[in-house]
Amino acid sequence: MAGAAGRLLHAATLLTAETRTRNPYAQALLTAALAHTYAVWNRLRDEDPYDLARRDLAGRFARGAWRHHGGQGGVLAVLTPQERLVVVLRLYEGVAEEQVAALLGLSEARVRAVCARSVATLRAAARGATGAAA
Amino acid sequence: MSRYEDKEAAVRRLLDTPHPPVPRDLALRAAERGARRLHHARRVRRVLWALGAVAVLAFVVWASMTRPWEVPPAETTPPLEGW
Repeated sequence: MAGAAGRLLHAATLLTAETRTRNPYAQALLTAALAHTYAVWNRLRDEDPYDLARRDLAGRFARGAWRHHGGQGGVLAVLTPQERLVVVLRLYEGVAEEQVAALLGLSEARVRAVCARSVATLRAAARGATGAAA
Repeated sequence: MSRYEDKEAAVRRLLDTPHPPVPRDLALRAAERGARRLHHARRVRRVLWALGAVAVLAFVVWASMTRPWEVPPAETTPPLEGW
């Protein structure tokens, strides 16, 4: 459970584009998602609690994303909230494309396009950072 | 295709930084909040059931008093003729 909480908090921190040491929004998101999981625990039928918490977390962030627009830091700060959602679910959590599409209410082609665009943006940002450092 | 997958792998490595420390009381707070939500939902359900029971009881009392299924007595009497 502690490992799962750490992993989910990392995902939430990536979503809100906060830093590792200062992530009040991510903590609030995770607390709400875990509370939801606790409340429906007895109604679970062959469902993975981790998957449930992750879905709730993603849905919560999607509904309140406008509040976090323009993050304070973190590696995904250059992306929009929706791009962050897709990148975290697809690449960090490894959720299947069709599940991400269903969760966010997008088509699979759109998810693929957003993912490709975000990867390109992140690569360009990383290249720019190393170029500036060198 | 493989070049794109290489890029994806690079982004994955970028995301795979050490996890942030989870506050000690976060799980406790979440459990408390979940329990509060459960209690609240239970209370709401109980109130709704009580309201439904009261409605059924009121209907039964009203129906047994007014007996709407009985044909009301005729209000007009046929004219008396032939006296």
